[in-house]
Amino acid sequence: MSEHVTLPEGNVEKQTTTINIGPTHPATHGVFQNIVELDGETIVSAEQTVGYIHRAFEKIAEHRTPYQITTLTDRLNYCSAPLNNIGWHIACEKLLGIKTPKRVDYLRVIIMELSRISDHLICNSIVGVDSGAFSGFLYVMQYRELIYEIYEEICGSRLTTNMGRIGGFERNFTAQAFEKLEKFIKEWPVVLKEFDELFNRNRIFMDRTIGVGPISAERALNYGFTGPNLRAAGVDYDVRLHSPYSSYEDFQFTVPVGSTGDCYDRYLVRDQEMWQSLEIIKQAYKKVQEFKGAEAEVYHADVPDFYLPDKKDVYTKMEALIYHFKIIMGETKMPVGEVYSSIEAANGELGFYLISDGGRSPYRLHFRRPCFIYYQAYSELTKGGLLSDAIITMSSLNLIAGELDA
Amino acid sequence: MARPVQYNITNKPLEKPISIVSAPEGYMGEGFFASKLSDVVGLARKNSIWPLPFATSCCGIEFMALMASHYDLARFGSERVSFTPRQCDLLMVMGTIAKKMAPVVKQVYLQMAEPRWVLAMGACASSGGIFDTYSVLQGIDQIIPVDVYVPGCPPRPEAVIDGFMRIQELVEHESLRRRNSDRYKELMETYGIQ
Amino acid sequence: MALTNEIIRHKLIEKFGEEVTGFEEPYGMLSFTSDKNLNLKLLQFLYDEPSLGFRFLTDLCAVHYPNNTGKELAVVYHLHNLRENVRLRYKVFTDIAKPDVFSAYALFSAANWMERETFDFFGVNFVGHPNLKRILNVEEMEYFPLRKEYPLEDQKRIDKDDEMFGREGETQAYIK
Repeated sequence: MSEHVTLPEGNVEKQTTTINIGPTHPATHGVFQNIVELDGETIVSAEQTVGYIHRAFEKIAEHRTPYQITTLTDRLNYCSAPLNNIGWHIACEKLLGIKTPKRVDYLRVIIMELSRISDHLICNSIVGVDSGAFSGFLYVMQYRELIYEIYEEICGSRLTTNMGRIGGFERNFTAQAFEKLEKFIKEWPVVLKEFDELFNRNRIFMDRTIGVGPISAERALNYGFTGPNLRAAGVDYDVRLHSPYSSYEDFQFTVPVGSTGDCYDRYLVRDQEMWQSLEIIKQAYKKVQEFKGAEAEVYHADVPDFYLPDKKDVYTKMEALIYHFKIIMGETKMPVGEVYSSIEAANGELGFYLISDGGRSPYRLHFRRPCFIYYQAYSELTKGGLLSDAIITMSSLNLIAGELDA
Repeated sequence: MARPVQYNITNKPLEKPISIVSAPEGYMGEGFFASKLSDVVGLARKNSIWPLPFATSCCGIEFMALMASHYDLARFGSERVSFTPRQCDLLMVMGTIAKKMAPVVKQVYLQMAEPRWVLAMGACASSGGIFDTYSVLQGIDQIIPVDVYVPGCPPRPEAVIDGFMRIQELVEHESLRRRNSDRYKELMETYGIQ
Repeated sequence: MALTNEIIRHKLIEKFGEEVTGFEEPYGMLSFTSDKNLNLKLLQFLYDEPSLGFRFLTDLCAVHYPNNTGKELAVVYHLHNLRENVRLRYKVFTDIAKPDVFSAYALFSAANWMERETFDFFGVNFVGHPNLKRILNVEEMEYFPLRKEYPLEDQKRIDKDDEMFGREGETQAYIK
């Protein structure tokens, strides 16, 4: 005869199961831990633990010169590394009071929008993978490889690009780079259209994502959301429009805004942003081609104190050699001051709060990381939903572990 | 102007129009092929390694590029990546391991069944990488034994494939008695693993 | 009428008088400070006042100035008025021996983790925070790593030779 199981004290209906969605989980997002309390399949509460990849960026930055910090910023949001690099250089230029020429700005815009496309591609295709649709991911990664090839033409590296200098780029874009860019502009719309046809009106995808993880605009603002997650909730705040940097005011583009802030809206906002990024790239490319003659050779601002000179000058001219040595050894000091500069990174407003005391490395550098700030809302987003909804919510928020823990 | 290419500029013609991997050493007869057990087991194992991608940071994105169709890892037999250590052969640690994460890596390693191999991908997993700080573990070989290190930050997918092929070589030539030998037991002792 | 730094400054002095000081405008962003006990009142005023409406907390962090005795830790709030597109920086200074600052969690939910991070790195104790424990570092860590006296590198590592990296061995008040 089976023994009668006596349950501990307490109301039987309120007994919840505790599940650990641990730091290693199959949706290759990065290392987050969630301890969720489940009542059947419904989530009652969730508690997050982060810090599994804390690499102490802010402490490292106090011991590194600005060009060394560029390599750190690569690893913040590693899906779109050039965005972070350029954001850091813009912050340094704000501190130093450097104005970059128009051609540099337009080239930077091309690179920033390419990185934005690259990041949104990862997010959208991973939302697909998490809901079971693997082929979109494979198809789209092919075009990420093309974007990587464009980065390689400019700076030599695929993923952690360390691209650019304070004042511009390290070399002019080659003819091959522009060729690959043209190939991208021609072939990419076809692929994105097919990706859209796969997901946008797909019954299964819509059932999985509509109404999942919604957030209202007031709560989103209170939580400090920025970027596509905030725009999906209905607030049209985009740093590119409100405080334009790098000549964004010269471009015509719209900012897609959702209404309910659920996963479907986030997916669609990112999708439309990719189309808008393509428009911006086309406009920027046309503008770059309008520079002729000597102007077409401009790829950096004239700041010998902070811009590493061209290698062939370093090997032949004395002045360039001295400047190169001084900059690398950190003898050119940053002025005393504190500045907060932000850009619209792929996930939201990436801010750099830089306090310099006149030395070779910052006194304090704080990164305002969008992922860190909006992950706090995760427990509110998933409460009352099912466990599988929690997984889709996490992947649609586009959490990048490197940026979260910094 | 593109820099002139310095290596591999002479196109070496293929020796044979079709090249096939050679069979292991053995005695061939009418309708049978006799070989050493360890060779056959090695051949079977090396072509069906199921990796566990322990992706923490940037190297994880290069791994995703590796699994995608451009640099396909599935052609080496790892079509099915398992995310549970109980069913995998190869632990690929990709990305920085912080001290907070170290017990998790150890736990995952302990849950793997023998025979198991470990590939440290990237500079951070091999030695801490550029993050020489108080919170980063300076290399996963502080806590688990590593078979192959793939340097790079992040390593190109071709480099990871090279590392994977070296793991394949290790798997092919591993003696069947290695996991029970004294030397292996000593190695495990240094890491505090029973 | 668009909101300018002058108007904000006027309104603050009108309401708080002598208690708001240190008005500066580095790179166009108004920055001011006050006594740490006033931080919630001031943040509430900036939130509620209809012409000001600073309803978005962009950032919350701390800075360690070991040479300012009595005011070593500065907690810095970056606020943003989304309608008028104006940003602000508000600093509060606190003593390192007793680093208690009122938590802004009741006003901005975004402050939750930002304050935990500041506590983790600098040891600023936010009074009224629901769950003030370490967030990014290991829970058992006994010191606050971003303070200036602690070194960057893990002193117990054996595989890296400090001399080769050009670092003189740093011997400071390092608690293991």
